[in-house]
Amino acid sequence: MEHTPPPFFKSGPAPLVRLAFFASLSFALLVLDARFRYAEGLRGVLALAVYPLQVTAAAPVLLAERVAGYFGSQSQLRQENAELRARLLEASQSAQREEAARAESAQLRRLIGAAERLPVQATPAEILYNGRDPYSRKVVIDRGSQHGLALGSPVVDATGVLGQVTRLHAMVAEVTLVTDKDQAIPVQVLRNGLRAVAFGGGANGLLELRFMAANAEIQNGDRLVTSGIDGTYPPGMPVATVARVERDTAYAFARITCQPAAGVDAGRFVLVLTQEARGAAYPDGAAADGEKGPGKQRKPRRRDSARDPDAAR
Amino acid sequence: MQLGDMPADQRILLPVRAGTILGSLAAALLLNFLPWKNIAVVPDFVALVLAFWCVRQPRLVGLGAAWFLGLATDVGNGVLLGQHALAYSLLAFAAVTLSRRILWFSFWGQTLHVAALLMLAQAVGLAVRLATGADFPGWSIALGPLAGAALWPLVSALLLLPQRRPPEPDRARPL
Repeated sequence: MEHTPPPFFKSGPAPLVRLAFFASLSFALLVLDARFRYAEGLRGVLALAVYPLQVTAAAPVLLAERVAGYFGSQSQLRQENAELRARLLEASQSAQREEAARAESAQLRRLIGAAERLPVQATPAEILYNGRDPYSRKVVIDRGSQHGLALGSPVVDATGVLGQVTRLHAMVAEVTLVTDKDQAIPVQVLRNGLRAVAFGGGANGLLELRFMAANAEIQNGDRLVTSGIDGTYPPGMPVATVARVERDTAYAFARITCQPAAGVDAGRFVLVLTQEARGAAYPDGAAADGEKGPGKQRKPRRRDSARDPDAAR
Repeated sequence: MQLGDMPADQRILLPVRAGTILGSLAAALLLNFLPWKNIAVVPDFVALVLAFWCVRQPRLVGLGAAWFLGLATDVGNGVLLGQHALAYSLLAFAAVTLSRRILWFSFWGQTLHVAALLMLAQAVGLAVRLATGADFPGWSIALGPLAGAALWPLVSALLLLPQRRPPEPDRARPL
C-alpha cells in the first residue's frame, strides 16, 4: 500500500532542486547566447512581449515634455523660432554648397574610375531608454526591422556618430554607442588624413585611438571623422575630437584619448542611416589610397557586441 | 515571547490577491525601463519587489517567477540571455530560504537582510559579466543594491496596503 502525504504538505520539489534546475537552465542559456548566439529566436519573441512595457515606460517622459512644451512662454518660443530659422538658413546654405561639391566629387570619381558613393537613407528614431547595464553602453531606440532598419546601420545625431545598430527586434533596436568597450570605428584625422581605429573607452565615456605609433602626426584638438573604408559608416562624419595625447618612450604606442562629438549621453532624437545597397563596401578608390591600415583589424567579437555584416569580410 | 515584542507588521492580513503580485511585478519592470539618467544609483526595482514577494509569499512566488522575470529583464536591457535569470533565481532561492527568519526582525534588520540579498544578485551579475570578458565597472555598482535596500520599508508598506484590513475595533473578537 502506498502512502502519499495529504495535499496540504505537497509543495513540489525541494527548493535546492528547483535552484539547481533553474540555475543550470540559466547557464545553458548563457553559454548558448555568449558562445553560439543560438538564443536570438527566443530573444525576439521575448522582446515583442516586453515591448508594451518599454513603450509605456517611455510615455510619462514624453507626456511631461509635451506638457512643458504646451506651457512654454511665447517669448521663449519666438526666440527659439528665430534661432531655428537662422540655423535653417545656415544649413540650407551649406547644403547647397554640399550638393555642388558632391556633384563635382561624383564627376571626379567617375573620371578616375572609382565607384560612386551610394546614397544614404536616414530614418529618424527616438531613444526609448538607456540600457540598464553598467558593463556596456547601449541605448534602445523605437524603430526596428518593421521600420526598415538593418543590422549594423550607423546611428548619428545632430553633431556626430552615436553608434551602430547591434541587435534588431521587430519594433525596437539596440544601439551600441561608440564609447562601448567592444565598439570600434574606423576614423581619419581631418587635418592630415591619417587613418586610425577609435575604440570605446568603456566606463569613462571617452574614445581611445589604439596602436598609433608614438610619433604619429596627431595633436590635441584634432578632429576625427569616419574614414568610410569599412563600408558601414558613410565617410566624413564627425566622430570625436582628440582630447589628450600621451607619448611615453617606454611604450611603442601613444596613448590618445578623444572626446566623442555626438552627445552620447544626452539628446533623444537620432538618425539611423541605411545604405540602399552594400555592394560597394570597398571601393577601388579607397584601395588605391593605400593599404587599409589598421582599419577593421579588430578581433572577432565574441560577446554582446556588434555583429555588423561587414566585419566578417 | 510576549506579544509586545512582535514586530509591527505581524498583524493579521487579508489573503493576497494574484492581481496584486502580478501588478506589482509589472510595475517594477516598468520602473526599470524608465529612461533613468544615472543608472548606477537607481535600484533594481524588479529584484526588490521579487525579494518582497519571495519573503512574504514563498509558496506563490519563487524560482520560476524569478527566472522568467530575469529573462524579460535580460531582453529589455539587451544583455546576455540568462544573466539576470541566474541572478534572480539565486536571489529568490535565498529569499525563500530566509523568508521565515527575515520577518521576525524590525525594519532595520529586514533592511540589512535585503541589502545582502540584493548585493548577492548584483554580485552574480558581476561574476557573469567578468567571466564573459567585461571590465570591472567600478564600486559604484554597489550603490544600486544599497539604494534598493533603503527603499525596503517603503516598498513593504506599499505592497502590504491591499492586504491590510480596515481598522474596525470589535470587542467581542479575540484577535
